Parts: sequence; C-alpha cells; structure tokens
Amino acid sequence: MSDVVEKTLTALPSLLSLDSQPGSAKLSSTSKLGNLIRGITELTSKHEEEKLIQRELTSIKDQVSSPNTSMRQMKELMVRAIYCEMLGYEASFSYIHAIKLAQQGSVLDKRVGYLAVSLFLNESHELLLLLVNTVLKDLQSTNLIEVCMALTVVSQMFPKDMIPAILPLVEDKLNHPKEIIRRKAVLALYKFYLIAPNQVQHIHNKFRKALCDKDPGVMTASLHIYLQLIKENSEGYKDLTASFVTILKQVVGGKLPMDFNYHSVPAPWLQIQLLRILSLLGKNDQSTSEIMYEVLDESLRRAEMNHNITYAILYECVKCIYTIQPKSELLEKAAKCIGNFVLSPKINLKYLGLKALTYVVQQDPKLALQHQMTIIECLDHPDLIIKRETLELLFRITNGQNVTVIVEKMLDFLRISKDDYTTIDLVGKVAELAEKYPFETMNTVFSLGGDMMQPDIPNSFLKLLSEGFDSDEEDRKLRLFAVDSYVSLLQSEPNKLPQRFLQVISWVLGEYSHLSAELEPATVMTLLSKLLDLKHTSSETKSWVLMAMTKLCEGGVAISVAQDIYETHSSSMDTVLRQRAQELQHLSQDSELRGRVLPRDAGLMPLEVDSSLSFLDGFVSEALAAGAAPYKPPHQRQEELAQAKALSLEPYSLSLPISMSSCSIADRQSPTLMSMSSGLSGDSTDLSHKGGSTTLKLDGVKRVWGREGYLAQREPVEETAQVEVPSPLRSPSQQAEADSTQSQTPTPTVTPELEQDKQQLASSLFVGLGSQSSVCLMGKSDPTPQRFRRKAQGRASSSGASEKTPTSLGSTPSPVDNLLCNSLLDSNLVSEPTNQTPQASQSLDTTNGNCHEELTDVKENNPSLIHNNEEPDKPKDLCLSSHLPTELSGLSHSEITPLCSNQSVNLSACHVQKEDSLQLVIFIFNSSDSALQQMQLQVDSGELKVNYCLSLITDSPVEEVRSHSVAVCHYSVTVKRPSVHVEVLGMLSYQLPGGTPQTIQFSHKLPLTTFIRPLTLSTEEYGSMWLAFSQDTKQNLTLINDDQDPLTTTLNVLKKKLQLHVVEIIGVEGIVACQLVQDQPCLMHCRVHAGTLAVWLRSPVPDLPDCLLYHCQRALQEH
Amino acid sequence: MQFMLLFSRQGKLRLQKWYVPLSDKEKKKITRELVQTVLARKPKMCSFLEWRDLKIVYKRYASLYFCCAIEDQDNELITLEIIHRYVELLDKYFGSVCELDIIFNFEKAYFILDEFLLGGEAQETSKKNVLKAIEQADLLQEVSHVG
Repeated sequence: MSDVVEKTLTALPSLLSLDSQPGSAKLSSTSKLGNLIRGITELTSKHEEEKLIQRELTSIKDQVSSPNTSMRQMKELMVRAIYCEMLGYEASFSYIHAIKLAQQGSVLDKRVGYLAVSLFLNESHELLLLLVNTVLKDLQSTNLIEVCMALTVVSQMFPKDMIPAILPLVEDKLNHPKEIIRRKAVLALYKFYLIAPNQVQHIHNKFRKALCDKDPGVMTASLHIYLQLIKENSEGYKDLTASFVTILKQVVGGKLPMDFNYHSVPAPWLQIQLLRILSLLGKNDQSTSEIMYEVLDESLRRAEMNHNITYAILYECVKCIYTIQPKSELLEKAAKCIGNFVLSPKINLKYLGLKALTYVVQQDPKLALQHQMTIIECLDHPDLIIKRETLELLFRITNGQNVTVIVEKMLDFLRISKDDYTTIDLVGKVAELAEKYPFETMNTVFSLGGDMMQPDIPNSFLKLLSEGFDSDEEDRKLRLFAVDSYVSLLQSEPNKLPQRFLQVISWVLGEYSHLSAELEPATVMTLLSKLLDLKHTSSETKSWVLMAMTKLCEGGVAISVAQDIYETHSSSMDTVLRQRAQELQHLSQDSELRGRVLPRDAGLMPLEVDSSLSFLDGFVSEALAAGAAPYKPPHQRQEELAQAKALSLEPYSLSLPISMSSCSIADRQSPTLMSMSSGLSGDSTDLSHKGGSTTLKLDGVKRVWGREGYLAQREPVEETAQVEVPSPLRSPSQQAEADSTQSQTPTPTVTPELEQDKQQLASSLFVGLGSQSSVCLMGKSDPTPQRFRRKAQGRASSSGASEKTPTSLGSTPSPVDNLLCNSLLDSNLVSEPTNQTPQASQSLDTTNGNCHEELTDVKENNPSLIHNNEEPDKPKDLCLSSHLPTELSGLSHSEITPLCSNQSVNLSACHVQKEDSLQLVIFIFNSSDSALQQMQLQVDSGELKVNYCLSLITDSPVEEVRSHSVAVCHYSVTVKRPSVHVEVLGMLSYQLPGGTPQTIQFSHKLPLTTFIRPLTLSTEEYGSMWLAFSQDTKQNLTLINDDQDPLTTTLNVLKKKLQLHVVEIIGVEGIVACQLVQDQPCLMHCRVHAGTLAVWLRSPVPDLPDCLLYHCQRALQEH
Repeated sequence: MQFMLLFSRQGKLRLQKWYVPLSDKEKKKITRELVQTVLARKPKMCSFLEWRDLKIVYKRYASLYFCCAIEDQDNELITLEIIHRYVELLDKYFGSVCELDIIFNFEKAYFILDEFLLGGEAQETSKKNVLKAIEQADLLQEVSHVG
C-alpha cells in the first residue's frame, strides 16, 4: 500500500509542473475566510473590528459544536478560528475541536487540525494529552503524509510525561526508508532531548547512526543534537572531531548535491553548524584544534563571494578561530576578515564586525587599536544598536587609564536610551567599572568634568548609589567607600573641587555618613560648614550643603553648629538659602519632626504625585479673587516636574509632588532646581523662577518670544545676556572669538579639526592597549582606510580624472567631458560621508566591500570604476540635459548623476527644484544596437512594492527606446515623512528584440535639502506659529567666525546653502524659517552663546527638526 | 530560534510561530513591543536588534516585516538568510508572493514554514525538497476533492 502511495506521490509533481501555479494557492476570494478578511479591512475602527470578530466567533462556536458539521467544514472553521486568534481574540472553545479534527479528519483535514493544535496550544496545555493517541495512531500509519504530520507536531510540542509512550515508534522511524521521515524523526528526538534529556539517554548510539546517514539532510538534522550534547560535555565527543572535519571538508569542497546550495554556496547552514561544533571541541584543546586548522583555512579561502551568506560563514569561522587554540596564520586572516566587516559600508556587517571585535578584543587588544577611528565613528552612529555594541566593545577594553572616558561615553548613552533592558545592563556595567576601577572613576569624572557636566550625570550617579545593585552588602560597602573618600577629599583641599562635585559630596555625606561608625555627625557638619565659608561656593551648592546638614544635625555639637549656620545665613540675600537655614534651624531643634520629614534611606520610597498641584487650588482661587493675574506656566514646567525626580533631599518631598514613576535616569535636573521651582511655583511670572536657577537654565528664548508672542519691545535683549552669559563684560562676538582662538584655529576646512577631535578621543579611549603608545599611533594614522575614504576623496577624484583623460578621451579632451566626469565623481562622493556608497549598481558595492582593507586597492579600484561609468556616459552626457522635459528646461537642474548601467542601458537622473515640489528626471539611454521594448520603469520609495515616503505622479510612460537614443521619465516628488536622505528605489524592465525580459535596479538618494524652501514670515507670524508647534529640538552648532557679526555670517551661510528664510536678527539672537515641500514649516531660533550657536527648532512635523539640524551641521562644517 | 513573526507596515500580525512555550499574555506583550520597536526603525538601520536577552533579526519585504528572535550566540546573518529562504519558498509557491497571498492563505504559509523550520531549527534547506513535500500534501488534497 505504502509503495503505491509513494509512487503516486512522486509521479504527481511531474504531471503538474512545479512552476505552474498550484491551483490551491489562488486567493480564496469566495471563501468565508476571504469574506471575513475583507470585512475586517473595510472597517474603520478597532471597536467595529471587535464587534465583527465577536460575531464571527459566535458563529464559529455554534457551527463547531453542531453535530451536523462535516470535517471538511470543520477544517474551514478552524482556519477562521486561527485567524481570529492571530488578531488577538481568544477562541479557546475551538481548541478541543482542533484536536478532534486532527483525530478524526481525513488526511487533509488532519493537516489543518494539527496546525491549529500547534498554534493554539503550548506544550504545557492539558488538552495536549488528548492528542497522544492520535499521534500514536498516525505514527503507525502507512500513509507517509500522516507520519510526517505526526512527527512535525511532535517536534514542535509534546507533553514531556508522554514521551515514553511514543519514543519507540519515533526511534523506529530512524530506520525508515524515506529520508524525510528519518530527518523528522531525528528532529523529534532532538526536541525530546531538549525537554527531557534523561528519556533519550539510551539511544545515543542511534544518534551516531543518524550522523552517518547517507542522506545529508538527516546528517544535518543530527548535528542539532550533537551541538547540544557537545555544548554540555565537549570531552565526550572529541573522537568525533575528525568526522566533523571530514564532513566540513566535503561540504566546502562542493561534494554535496546541488540541491543543498544556497545562492551557489554549498550548504551554508550545515557549514555554520559544523563550525560551531568545531569551536566547542577545539576550545582549550591544542591537539583537537590542530585537526581543524586546515579546514578552517579552506573555509576562509572559499568564502570569498560577496553575499550575506558567505559573510555569515566567515563570521562563524572567525569566531571559531578565536575560540580554539590560536594559530597565528589563521588569526591573521581572521583579523583581516574582522577588519573587512568593521569597515564595510553595510550596516549589518559593521554591526557583526563590532560584535566580532568585542568577542576577540580581550585576546587581541591591538585589533581594536587598528580600528580605533572606525570605532570612534561608530560611537556617534545614528543607529543606537551600533552605538550600543561599540560601548560593549569599549567596555571590554577598559583599563585604569581610559576608564573615565569610557564611563562618560556610557553615561552619554544612558541619557538617550529609552529601553529599560539596555539601561539596566549598562548601569550594571558602569557600576562594574566603578567597582573594578575603584571609586576614583567617578571622582575623576566629576573632578575633570567639573561644572561643564550635564546635571544629570551626577544625578544618575546618585541614583545609582541610592538604588544600589544586587546585594545590600555591596551597596553598603560602596556607599561607605564613597563617604570615606569624600570625607578625606574635604579634609584635604575642598576649594579645588568643582561645584557639582561638591553637591554630590554633600548629598552623599548627608544621606550615608551615618553608615560610618567612626564618623561623628558633628565632624561632617564642621567639614560641610567650611564649604559654606569658601568664597567660590555658589549659592546652589550652598543649598545642597545646607540640606545635607539638615539631615545630619544630631547631637549637641551638631546642633550648635547648626545654630551658628542659621545665624549667618538667616539674613542671606538669597531667599533659597534663607529658607534652607530656617529649615535647618527648626529641624535641628525638633528631632522627632526631622525623623518624619527626612527618614533615612527614603530614596526608594515611591512618592505620591499630584502634578496638578490641586492642594494649591484654594490658594490660587483666593489669589485670583483678590485680583491676581492667572498663572501661566513656563513652557517646560510640566517637563521639569517630570524630570526633577529628587533624591529626597528637601523637606518638601513629603508634601510636594515629585514625580517618581515618570522619570528616567536620563535628563534629570538637579534636586535643587526642583526644590526651587517648587518653592516658587506660586509665582506668576517665570522671571523670578529663572533668577534663582542661575546657570542651570540657559534658554533665553522665552525672553524674546513669550507666551503671547514676540516680547522684544518689552524686554531688551541685553538683559537676557546679562543674566545668562557668564561674563557680561565681553560682547558675544568677542567672546566667540576668544573661544575660537582657544579651541581651534580657523581653517578653510573643518575636517582636520574634526579628525583631530576624533584622534584625541581615540588616544584617550585606546590608551594602555597593546604595546604601541598612542603617540606613535597618532603619528601614523594616515594609512587607515577610513581616513582615506573620508577626506582624500578630492585626491582620489583628481587622480581618477587625470588618469582617465588619456585612456578614454583619446585625442581631444573636451572641457565639457571633464566637467561632467568631475561632477559624476562628486555626486558619487557626496553620499560618502553618510557611509553609504550609492548602491545603484551591485558592482560598485561589491568592489567597495572588497577593497576596504588596503588603501592601494581603493586607489586602483576607484579610477576603474569611474572609467566604467564614464565610457558609456560619454556620448549621452553632452546631450542629456537637452532631453529635459520642456517645462523644466528653463530651470536650473542638478548635476546629472549616473544611477546604474549594464551592457544595453544606462540610467541617470537629475532633479529640478520647483517651488512646491521636486521634479525628478530619469534618463534612460539605450546604448545597445537594437531597440528596447516593453520598457517599464517603476519608481518607488521604500523597498519593493510600497509607495510610502513619497508620492510620485508619473506622466510619461515610455515603452520603447530606439538604439542609441534617450527616453526620459519625469516625476514630481514631495516628502511625506522627513528623513536626512530620501531614497528612491527603482527598477527598469525591458526586452531586447528576441531576448528574454531583463531588469535593472537602482537607487537614488536625495538629500532633504532639495526639498527645503524658504518660508517668508513676519516676526509676529513667527511668534504665533512658534507656540503652536510641538516637535522640538535643541542643539549647539558651530559659529562661523569672521571679522564682522558671526551670527549674521552663520545665518547667511545657512540661508544660502539650505534656502532658509532669515526672519529677523536682533542682537545675539536670530529667527529663521523654512518649509519642507509641501507646506510643512520648520522654525529655528538661534542664539549666540559661549562661542557656539544655540539653535532651537520647532515644527509640527516629527523628525523634521532633527533632519534639518543635521543638514545645518553639515552646511556649517563644509563652509 | 525562539519565535518568528510576520507583520505588516500597519502593525497587523500576519503570521506567528512560537518555538518556546509562552503564555498568550506574554506572546501578546512581546508581539506588541516588537512590532512597535521594529516599525519605529528607519530603513537604513541595522537589521539586528538587542531586545531583552534576545537578538531580533528582521527584514522588510515590501509591506511585510519578517522578524525572528534568536539567542545571543546564534548567527545573525544566517538568520537573515533563513528569512530570505522562507520568502523565496513563499515566492516560488505562490508565484511572486505578495502580502495578500499570505493573508488569504496563511495556513499554507504555515505549512511551508513547518516544512522548512522544525522546532526552531532549519529542517530542510533545499528549496526543491521543501516544495516537493508541500506539493505532495497539496496534490493529495486536489485528488481527494476531485474524487
């Protein structure tokens, strides 16, 4: 019987050719499922969907329980139930019916029944027991398909306790004549091994048989088991090493049937599995490692093609080479591989490169040195994943000398990270570093960072201290250590410490000095009181100190110190200080009250938050009734409240709302600021609020554009400057000059400075790694390919240009040609800094992938690339611009950029900026001798079929292009969602007469700037728009310093390069407006502050401020 | 592999396959979180994500996102290729597959997946063999319907 079935089965596919559409795969548009799906897509609201599904489920429920429902219908019902479950609606009533279907249905209904079971239930579900008999029956069936289904479901889920019932049957299947059954049986055993290793212990020798199976598929399946076994006990399987090596050799040598090839790489999954097994076997075992050196070398050598799959193998190879006992030749090759990964423009490879580096760097720190510039660049990568992996790498190379810088980088990351899991992990790492490289880590950070530090760094440190780590004992030790080290710091020379550090010290002493047994509160009080007498102590620090004292004033001496302090400060000019002194005095007198107000270790207590300040309602309404002006909160009041999670320093903490839950470690204000803003929250202007906060709040913007709009008339700008610019004696421009002379010498290009910064960072990050000193590293940093790629492009292009003139142009090099060629080059290079070589042509991409490691390669390859591009371009370049559509011909167009080409067509593009849109023109040049027919150009802006970021309106479908002539496609493009570069993907399909259809793909990048247009506004209009916009970004940009007004110059540069409209410039501030086509405004407020240009962007469009900011930075850097 | 999810650009789940036992509540939570995270990523970003203690490997094909969760020591690139091979299989089976094919015939998509991955491991990587197994089952269906 089974033979007959088998014959029919194997014969059938040839009857119905595989390539023709399988009849069953057509859209089942008339089915009930089809109706359901269509019904759902037509709905507009979640609520409606819910109603529809509930109705559907009720109807399914009725039908499944009806005795008249046939198994065929049941199958259909199950499919619908699965669909409802996928949408998130529970259909648990159908579970039992799914099992029934698997049990009673015909072979085909079973298939759906088993599928439904495997989707509905998980291995601990009690209903699964009901399936055991069905599985038993099917395993014994003579129908192959039934056996397959049973094995499939068994290897996905099977109740642990019932394994013995079916184990003998599954074991038998290892000897089945069909390989598909053997393979599934092996995988089922693998599953059994995973969930109940003891149950399958006795059949280990059968695994060996599977390993030696003549079918490679069965052998591959058995490797899953071996990987698991060897992971647990590598010693027991050393004898198999030679076999694995032989298998790998055969695979790499292409001995397997072609079926196993994937993109012409032989059985990559098998290769990777074997490599993983080998690395486990060779770990810490010289003799075993030696067996595999040769095959590893072979694998490295064979995997040369540029396809993801070969990279996957290479990556596994590299990991293996670094895991087993080292062999220098292999290490060298592996290191080179890692280099290729790290330098790859493909972000996935870069990530893996970093990961590999992280993996190997402990053994080979020099490797990190080689790639230091790339690592530095990755630290600033816009993709957080890359950043995160870079930090991981840095974490591994941390030593006593670079720990400070690395910890700072980690804290930087913590500030932007939103993901809890990452935050926890990273905080743990910072803590680990802080423990490993004693507490001085943070002390150095504070001493070095000084007052320039963001307020949240000390805060996150304090949070770390207060929330603690895993064990209480550790926490206690750490805090005690902090107290001790701070006391000794205060005893030596407190006057040299920066303010923020003093604040941290005060808080820690206030909170934790009770941990130290020897330390009398009075001693600490005296130390702290000395700080108050220091001349340079800011009033903010003083209030921290006073708060710390409030926590400490216990015992006779302490109280008398408190008394003294009160007397000196109760008449202070500073209201905050005066208040703190009052509190100190009162609380020192009343120890019971103090205990209630300032309980010890209260840092972790959740606080009730009443952010609406409802308890003040009475006060407010009274005040309003008395004629007071209604309170208008400053713009960011809400945010501040949320951010200012205080560390229970101030007596207000019990009565005043402080948001505990909504705060993140990142972005917090100092506790004092919180207390001050809460102290003043009743005030009706934000002026006094600001007066108290001195240097912390730097946004002068409100002064000029208040809630009601433009305020310039009422408040002279100079006042703002006096409050906020640290030294009002110097004019902003002088100051900017002074700053610039300190930090940088003005040079025509910015790159060297950038490079210098990076190298400085590099030298601080990579000190103490390897034998070379950082100095000599700096000295010979030239050959790094990265550097070449970034800056030496000019060189490359010029050499490319000069090289090709004689070869390609022959006798008369016309200036037009040269110009165009240069522009070709330029356009290629423009996109370089973002690290994405135009992926228009696969060849370009692959060449780049190849040549990163060697400078010379790049040099040699570049010209040849250009050469390739340029030759076929030559005839058309001259005339391409004449093919511009008539309505565009009068306007100025961008350089014509080649997109891609093959032997018969060349595609190039240019764009024309119109007021309301961007016109994209694509030229199709037929360079072959015959006409292109049935030509179709699809332009799209996502991957493949979607049409999302851009709306494209084609108006000229061309179908045929004669030989050596040009067809033009013209699109009107507007941006729907801004990003730094907007990418257009396209595909041209065509047919040469008598040939097969061909396609060619390309991608074209348009910088956002091509979509930016000036927005003409009056200052008043600007003011009202400013308030209406929600997307908000602030950043400092470099000022361009020249003899005159740096602000005007800088804004003019931006105006020229990015087409912004400068609305008005008043003193040190300027307002600028622009729009993204079509009608998506963005406003920019600029202020000169401390030698930089502080810009604040607002727009109703998400991401637009960030993208625009990026281009502003670029524009200023290029200037 | 721990699980595989297919979802649309709008965040609608199209296929889910869990290779580790989890409660429905957890599954829903994970799905929601991941869909959000992946959809928020920009096109040129890395296809790999660290998420909890897992690695997420995702790739977008037209309007569909394919998203796999693997363990830390697993090979990300090969997972990307697993996704690709699965898409190739779907493509071959449906004949230039699109999202609608998967929506309306999701059970078929599951069958193909089960033939390709079993218990979270690549079972059969030969395109021909996977499709052969599916065809055989399908043809049986046709025959039985006719008969």
